[in-house]
Amino acid sequence: MNVPEPYRLLLYLVGTLAFVGLNAAYLVWVERKGAARFQRRPGPTEVGPAGLLQPIADALKLLSKQVLVPPEADRLLFRLAPLLVLMPALMCLATIPFSAALGARDLNLGLVMVFAFGSINVLAIMLGGWASRNKYSIISAARIVSQNVAYEIPMLLVVITLLMVTGTMNLREIVEQQAGGFWHWHILRLTANPLMPVTFLIFFICLLAETNRAPFDMAEAESELVAGAFTEYAGMSFGVFFMAEYANVLVGCSLATVLFFGGWQSPVGVGSGLLWFLLKLYLLIFLVVWVRWTFPRTQFYRLLNLSWTLLIPVSLGILLLTAGLLKVF
Amino acid sequence: MLLEQTISTRGTEPAPETFVLNLGPQHPATHGVLRLKLTMDGEYILRGEPVPGYIHRMHEKMGENRTYAQFLPNTSRIDYLAAMHYTHALVALVERAAGIEVPPRAEYVRVITSELNRISSHLVWFGAYLLDLGGFTPLLYAFDDREKILDLLEAITGARLTYGYYRFGGLANDVDAAFVEGTRAFVTYMQPRLDLYRKLVTDNIILRKRLEDIGPISAEMCRRYGASGPVLRGAGVACDVRRTEPYSVYPSLDFAVPVFPEGDCLARYRVRMEEMAQSLRIIDQALTQLPEGPIQAKVPRVIKLPPGEYYSAVEAARGRFAIRVVSDGKDIPYRVKLRTPSFANLTLFEEASQGMMLPDALALLGSLDLVIPDIDR
Amino acid sequence: MKRALSDLFGGFVSLLTGLRITLQQFFKPSVTVHYPHETLPMPERFRGPVMLVRDPATGQALCIACKSCEKACPSDCLVVEGVKREGDKKKSVTEFKLDFTRCSLCGSCVEVCPVDALKFSKAYNLASTSRTAFCQIDLLERREEPRP
Repeated sequence: MNVPEPYRLLLYLVGTLAFVGLNAAYLVWVERKGAARFQRRPGPTEVGPAGLLQPIADALKLLSKQVLVPPEADRLLFRLAPLLVLMPALMCLATIPFSAALGARDLNLGLVMVFAFGSINVLAIMLGGWASRNKYSIISAARIVSQNVAYEIPMLLVVITLLMVTGTMNLREIVEQQAGGFWHWHILRLTANPLMPVTFLIFFICLLAETNRAPFDMAEAESELVAGAFTEYAGMSFGVFFMAEYANVLVGCSLATVLFFGGWQSPVGVGSGLLWFLLKLYLLIFLVVWVRWTFPRTQFYRLLNLSWTLLIPVSLGILLLTAGLLKVF
Repeated sequence: MLLEQTISTRGTEPAPETFVLNLGPQHPATHGVLRLKLTMDGEYILRGEPVPGYIHRMHEKMGENRTYAQFLPNTSRIDYLAAMHYTHALVALVERAAGIEVPPRAEYVRVITSELNRISSHLVWFGAYLLDLGGFTPLLYAFDDREKILDLLEAITGARLTYGYYRFGGLANDVDAAFVEGTRAFVTYMQPRLDLYRKLVTDNIILRKRLEDIGPISAEMCRRYGASGPVLRGAGVACDVRRTEPYSVYPSLDFAVPVFPEGDCLARYRVRMEEMAQSLRIIDQALTQLPEGPIQAKVPRVIKLPPGEYYSAVEAARGRFAIRVVSDGKDIPYRVKLRTPSFANLTLFEEASQGMMLPDALALLGSLDLVIPDIDR
Repeated sequence: MKRALSDLFGGFVSLLTGLRITLQQFFKPSVTVHYPHETLPMPERFRGPVMLVRDPATGQALCIACKSCEKACPSDCLVVEGVKREGDKKKSVTEFKLDFTRCSLCGSCVEVCPVDALKFSKAYNLASTSRTAFCQIDLLERREEPRP
């Protein structure tokens, strides 16, 4: 769109904020409804039609609650953590191209920026857990750091594989390469690498682990660590952590859509646009919800073992394979 | 070996890098007011000491100041998930001591309701255990099935948990055709559901990795602590009160005692899942054999047991439940001792949890299937 | 190695089976009762707080104040008093109080009653804003089922 530069920035800032806020709130609704359907119950129904106003009621309730700071806690860090946790998701979304025309920033290093900011989220949860001075929170903080270190590696290896295929870090260009039908999407680009679906699978597993979603929700693990890093948080400071989880899922699934499913490209080659992007995005989010309400949680050390003994070697192998194939052909 | 190490360090100052994690009495994984004092080194448990007593209600003392009939409702409330079995133990004790002949129809109905209760209890355990392991959905499937049992039992007893259905010499009410039909329908409904649980949960690789070789409990350890029920059968010992000390009409019914020798959490898990299938078999046979006839024997209005000691054990959902009564010939027992399975099974925890990581210890705790009021009674 | 591979593929298949099962459940109708809007009928034998049975013609309680229930109650929650009026064959009840805070709904009183003058009500969600509301329930006063 042809909007002068400072206004364009402002417009997209407000737009991204609204998109993340709305999605974080309504993904909670999606999750609750989805969980309910998987468990054969109706889910929220009382507030608004089909419980659609439930997130607003929840937000009002959380906002009206007192934000308690435990007397033993590190007050500054304790308050800083919720602020820090939501910010990376907002920054990441600035690089995501929603359609050919819609995208806050067209960065040449978009992918690098997503991963750079994506890692701050971990820091925030760790700070929150550490500052709480609660034993459960500290265990959780330790867990989340080792978990994210372990899963950042296979995720980056997978992304590097993809970068070798695309040859660019600009997310818009990556989407444009996938135009013209679903067989051009990277997940089915078997000529570049016959293991592309496996690559996506690794990416998806890492996505679940990075966003602390079940079956890898070690940071929260309510039956072990009560609420993990968020145990001492009350009111909206807890609400922000909660929203951040969904915001991160949103970013992760957007990224997967862009990298593997052709972004806004239509699967038949014609009629591409924003709707396709959103459809793919929400289907992926549904998959995340579906996985959460199907599987039990893994153990913490098995989670690390899975990464170090399986995902990293396999993704390294894929990387080498792709490099070899690219060199040969 | 680990035990010896810990014993030798007991009483001395803990090493500076350990800390005490107070798990409970309010904690999502303890399902009640059990408290565990865990001395931890990072996520490793050096010593896990259970601290029961938060819901002690003095059931034994209550038994000693009221008549046998007045104590009967209490038996439903010791282990509220397996009320039928506990009531069965007391009525069987009094019937044996006072020489009351129970009509066969009553005995068959007791077996049917007891086994229904066993399935419902195992379903609660199954759901709650999966909840401990982080899977929420199986809990609601299990509760859906359990609801069907509760509806059946509510229709004949009038209550959903604290049934209080058995009487000395018989039953409070007869069962009707609707119950027999409903139970038959439930048996046919439940078999495919067990299949669904196997596919959804038991075969799941995450669950298997979570339970295999976790929390090993040997038969020898069970013997030392007096553990019973699925914990003992999961350690490879085919010990079931229904077999070893037959009561009621169990000898005339054909059922297997599931035994898994591994002694880990998965073995205990599979014992219970298999027991549900066996209970369905028992119910099916008992319904076929269910005779017509009276449901209540003639019983004196005031029950007085001749002086002496009496003992009666049943296989409750969690293991061997036994009542010991010392009578001095009055209508009020002189001494009542309740031997509850959860208490004996809990005592294992301290030794078995040594050196484990926190999530594994909670998997072990859940696999013991503790009901806290059953521990404290 | 072989075991690890079979774990990997078998495990992956088991995960897909799990996903398939939950998706099947997703499209099935919900099994819950939407409680305040829908309620289930209470079964015939449901044990709610006890109430007195009255003679349908006269509205008089059938109770003969024999105090069997008072004696049978394991928690001492019943207080029964009665007088023998001139001309009547039996005693008639003048006071019948239930301390519902101690009642465990065991049903001993209903079972022991020689004239079947006690029955269970179907009330299951009694509530009050007062702490003493259930301490001294006068069953002689109460003529209808307690409001559910």
